[in-house]
Amino acid sequence: MRFGIVVNEGPYTRQASDSAYLFAKAALAKGHEIFRVFFYHDGVNNGTRFTVPPQDDRNLQRLWSELAETHKLDLVVCIAAAQRRGILDANEAKRQGKDGDNIAPGFRISGLGQLIEAGIQADRLVVFGD
Amino acid sequence: MPTLHTVNKSPYERSSLESCLDHVAEGDSVLMFEDAVVGARRGGKFIATLKAERPSCALYVLGPDLAARGIKPADIAEGISVVDYGGFVDLAVANARVCAWL
Repeated sequence: MRFGIVVNEGPYTRQASDSAYLFAKAALAKGHEIFRVFFYHDGVNNGTRFTVPPQDDRNLQRLWSELAETHKLDLVVCIAAAQRRGILDANEAKRQGKDGDNIAPGFRISGLGQLIEAGIQADRLVVFGD
Repeated sequence: MPTLHTVNKSPYERSSLESCLDHVAEGDSVLMFEDAVVGARRGGKFIATLKAERPSCALYVLGPDLAARGIKPADIAEGISVVDYGGFVDLAVANARVCAWL
């Protein structure tokens, strides 16, 4: 079965990113497909590679990036939510005249159309967060 | 066409569990996870509501989130099944859609 996943909360605030990650891992372990993970609202904060949690804590950004690498997942960060929160890729940084970008490996910035498409293409859309 | 309803916030903090119970249909399933697992405690304020309102809907609670909060499966009210993340995935597959009460 094909899943779409939405993450609406940032990492380390509440539990949505952890729950979504563990759900995604369990789904993949059962042989299901994940069409896309869409990070919306504060969820976009999962996608900055400047995340540096203490060494004895989980690094949610890295966990997502590694899962994406291993399973070729499409991790999409909402562009409007990302710009408000300072999450930029190289193109957006240039367009906005900023001196650097911070998008994490495996993540890409795109629009709400990607969420709609995930809702249409996936058999189940599972929403995590607030 | 049954629905899996997910509730992730404590019923002592938000009204999402109550809203969910107002809308579940016969044959639906409700999964309490994250802070919502406290709603499944034996003797808790919401257990009577959970059972009385929808006797025909199946109730589930996520085991790892119980453990993270120090709640033992024995502390969970009767009639509520404990599942792991794989069970969560299976519930999403078994129902026609997943509705998150946020």
